[in-house]
Amino acid sequence: MRKQKSIFENIDWLIVGIYLALVLIGWVNIYAAVYNEDHKSILDISQNYGRQMVWIATSLVLAIFILVIDGKFFEAFAYPIYGFVLLILVAVLLFGKEVAGSKSWFEIGAFRLQPAEFAKFATNMALAKYLSTVNINMKDFRTKLVAGTFIIIPIAMILLQNDTGSALVFCSFIFVLYREGLSQNVLIIGFFAVLLFVLALMVSKIIIVSVLAGIAVLAIALLRKTRKNIITISVILAMAAGVVFSVDYFFHNVLEPHQKQRINFLLGKDTDLKGAGYNVNQSLIAIGSGGLTGKGFLNGTQTKFDFVPEQSTDFIFCTVGEEWGFLGSLVILGLFTALLYRILFIAERQKSDFTRIYAYGVASILFIHLMVNIGMTIGLLPVIGIPLPFLSYGGSSLWSFTILLFILVKLDSYRTFILR
Amino acid sequence: MQNSGQRFVILGIFTVVIFIYLVRLFYIQVIDDSYKLSANNNVLRYITEYPARGLVYDRTGKLLVYNEAVYDLMVIPKQVKDFDTTSFCDIIGITKEDFEKKLKKAKTYSRVKSSIFEKQLSAETYAVLQEKLFKFHGFYVQPRTLRKYPNKVAGHTLGYIGEVDDKLVAKNPYYQSGDYIGVSGLEQSYEEELRGQRGVRIVMVDVFNREKGSFSNGDYDSAAVSGQNLVTTLDLELQMLGERLLENKIGSVVAIEPSTGEILAIVTKPGYDPNLLVGRVRSKNYSQLLKDELKPLFNRAMMAYYPPGSTFKLVNALIAQQESIINPGTVFPHSFVVGSKSVKCHPHPGGLSLEGAVQYSCNPYFCNTFRAFVDNRKFVTSEKGYKLWRDYVLSFGVGRKIGVDLPHELAGNVPKVDFYDRYYGKGRWKASTIFSLGIGQGELGVTPLQMANIMCIIANKGYYYTPHIVKKIGDKKNTTRNLAEKHVTMVNASHFEAIQDGMQKVVEAGTARVARFGDFVICGKTGTAQNPHGKDHSLFVAFAPRENPKIAIAVMVENSGFGATWAAPVASLMMEKYLTDSISRPELYERMIKGNLLPTRKDSLFKKTDRPKVPEFESEEDVIVDIKTDQP
Repeated sequence: MRKQKSIFENIDWLIVGIYLALVLIGWVNIYAAVYNEDHKSILDISQNYGRQMVWIATSLVLAIFILVIDGKFFEAFAYPIYGFVLLILVAVLLFGKEVAGSKSWFEIGAFRLQPAEFAKFATNMALAKYLSTVNINMKDFRTKLVAGTFIIIPIAMILLQNDTGSALVFCSFIFVLYREGLSQNVLIIGFFAVLLFVLALMVSKIIIVSVLAGIAVLAIALLRKTRKNIITISVILAMAAGVVFSVDYFFHNVLEPHQKQRINFLLGKDTDLKGAGYNVNQSLIAIGSGGLTGKGFLNGTQTKFDFVPEQSTDFIFCTVGEEWGFLGSLVILGLFTALLYRILFIAERQKSDFTRIYAYGVASILFIHLMVNIGMTIGLLPVIGIPLPFLSYGGSSLWSFTILLFILVKLDSYRTFILR
Repeated sequence: MQNSGQRFVILGIFTVVIFIYLVRLFYIQVIDDSYKLSANNNVLRYITEYPARGLVYDRTGKLLVYNEAVYDLMVIPKQVKDFDTTSFCDIIGITKEDFEKKLKKAKTYSRVKSSIFEKQLSAETYAVLQEKLFKFHGFYVQPRTLRKYPNKVAGHTLGYIGEVDDKLVAKNPYYQSGDYIGVSGLEQSYEEELRGQRGVRIVMVDVFNREKGSFSNGDYDSAAVSGQNLVTTLDLELQMLGERLLENKIGSVVAIEPSTGEILAIVTKPGYDPNLLVGRVRSKNYSQLLKDELKPLFNRAMMAYYPPGSTFKLVNALIAQQESIINPGTVFPHSFVVGSKSVKCHPHPGGLSLEGAVQYSCNPYFCNTFRAFVDNRKFVTSEKGYKLWRDYVLSFGVGRKIGVDLPHELAGNVPKVDFYDRYYGKGRWKASTIFSLGIGQGELGVTPLQMANIMCIIANKGYYYTPHIVKKIGDKKNTTRNLAEKHVTMVNASHFEAIQDGMQKVVEAGTARVARFGDFVICGKTGTAQNPHGKDHSLFVAFAPRENPKIAIAVMVENSGFGATWAAPVASLMMEKYLTDSISRPELYERMIKGNLLPTRKDSLFKKTDRPKVPEFESEEDVIVDIKTDQP
């Protein structure tokens, strides 16, 4: 193996460029969202926008540090890093600080760290490392079990912290497993399970099960009446019915009251715009009132005057929508689309399995954040508090996304001289 | 490179989701406009800038109505923090229970929007409160103005303002809930001139309703335009004198400048201090006034119907002269007999011509005149005769609204032919049935304003200008009503000479000698409006001086008996005051203001029915007064 001439050799500048663009757009929009007349400087450390500058600067240091380290480090230390992060997740459960109902923060002076953010890239590395092991086959039950365990452990610990949103992000690894050979049925079953869940909340359960039974009978009638077919269809029907009838239990016993309200509001069962629907309604008003070209920089009344909650963190997209309009939304979604496409492209050009799998993980994590966060602000998904990558205010999330992305950039820069 | 087909599935899922989001964004941002409206509703507050209402002056430039600043205490419940409620309640003078109740009410309305906590604090209360206001988070003060009447007179004429009701808001787009509008007097009739033009200031507020500066640099703001000031025709000194003279009496005075129709004074008693109907005490005081047995809210000067009594003999004689039924030399026998009844008269020299008949107020003379007119063959039937007589009367501004620029004027009553047809049967009545009209009794109902206007007509010898109360609007002459139009009666000027002669004699040598003062030639006529329920109403009408008259006046004092006892002195003192700016007969003045003619409140003689009739609708057949003969 030959040595790199410089740390910037073979760097994918397109990804770095999109990253910088998103981070800067985020900073400017945080400034607009929480703009304070008394602290007009964007560099004012007492305000979120001043602090975000610190996070951006430290993120860039982190990025360069990652590029300086030998690329083999990440594959070699994937498991130790994963283990270390799990330890921190345990620690935060014991010593963490509770913020807004979630015990998921470490407080160090004025700054707070959210370990769950770092669990994302750590899990991604560990999963990539495991799946890139020679002779691994996704079809093996053992492989599925181990890979699943890698994902389930952090989910469980984050759920214990009462941070449902972050836990949900780990579901995105289903794309990675699928890419690596998991049956597409998993995706389809997952999709239909969610569909049935939503339907069961809206329509009478008897009707759904009757319709499903009808479809099953029809399928059996049309298909060859082999024993295998009949058993398969019956099992599917039983599972579907199980999902439908467990919805109530899940909905009432597992979900928190605020989560139930958010789902009810999304399904139109709860129309209280001052209660459960307040956030989404104000968010929709902010984005919807932006029009084609927006109200202009610092002219967003919905965000600047605090009608939209959490306007610099989870609802940062509102500021984009309000002040820059549809064109602004288009630019943000365009940049993310370009980023996702580029990552998938990079993934497929790798000779290293580890890098490819890791890249899919990166794309999946970014995608689920994008989908959940923007879907929530435009009223298509229930309110789930996870940040919009690179744009939302917050040190933990910006650091973790930077690390996540720049490890990929570093790994990718070795693409030409790793042969396996 | 295994499983490379899956990459397209993943790529496809990413693409589809992002595409759905873009479509959704395009819809809510570009196609659906409702969110823009909601955003504006969230952030924009339209703050009304109230204009100062116009001031009102008397004819000499003295202030009658002005604005006084008061302070509405506002509250934004969400911003209220714990504080010393006891001292707070002490300052604004409410109990702790009131406080809780008011705060709860404000919370029910909105937690973040401001609502009125306590209306119209006085400047004194505000001064105390202001010092401590910083301790009471969530409370602030919004200035408003209240009407103030420094002289406490002419309450009915000036009127009052009140909050608009929902019906009006729905009907008239200018008004918004919470606005004030004139609801009586000239506050009502000159509302559009007085109110000015509201301004609006658009401000932006944040989620806690805190002001965040003006919207679009105030480009859409508009300044309030103050209302126009009014100069009235009233003479404050005369008005005050009139109110003092009628203190402790029931009655009214109307004084008009004959050459212009300008109302110099318009008094109705019992009245009220207009300051009682202002601000937070208004509704309490209003209901108290409404309950008062003496009906202080009732504007007798324009709404009470009285039989005009002897004063109407003048009109009767004028009409008869015009139709050549009589002339100044006509003499009637000193009797008027209908069936078994005969109209009585008091002792006076016999063989009177018109002038003497006026001087001595001879009842038979004017009953005969009336009969000679109505039953005259040249009109073929009594109905036709009466109809013509009635048309004449109406041309004197009686039996119809004369169009004064104040609300609630009533028409009075001069019965139509139909009325008698219904009452007696068609063709079954003639002059002898209704002769009491000839001496101002019977079904006639005339308001004091109309009586004063008749005096203007006689003073002017045949015409009048619509009596009115507002002379100038701002700096310009009042052109909102048709005030310059000369209303000419159906009687020629030449017929007035003999009447004026008689009226002059009334004062110089007749029933109203008490009315003389100085060297002025005064024309007057006493009257006694018969009151079947109690003592007669005392009435006096006059104008002075005879040449180039400056003031015409009608005075009505209820239940005071003979016209010369109370009404004539009041009229005389007022005319003297107006013409000479002095009172030369202090003992008469003393006697007048000390006189107390009010009934003791529980007096059984004084039931509701004894009050002047308040017609509930405006048809002319409302008022029927018992037909009786005149006893001056």
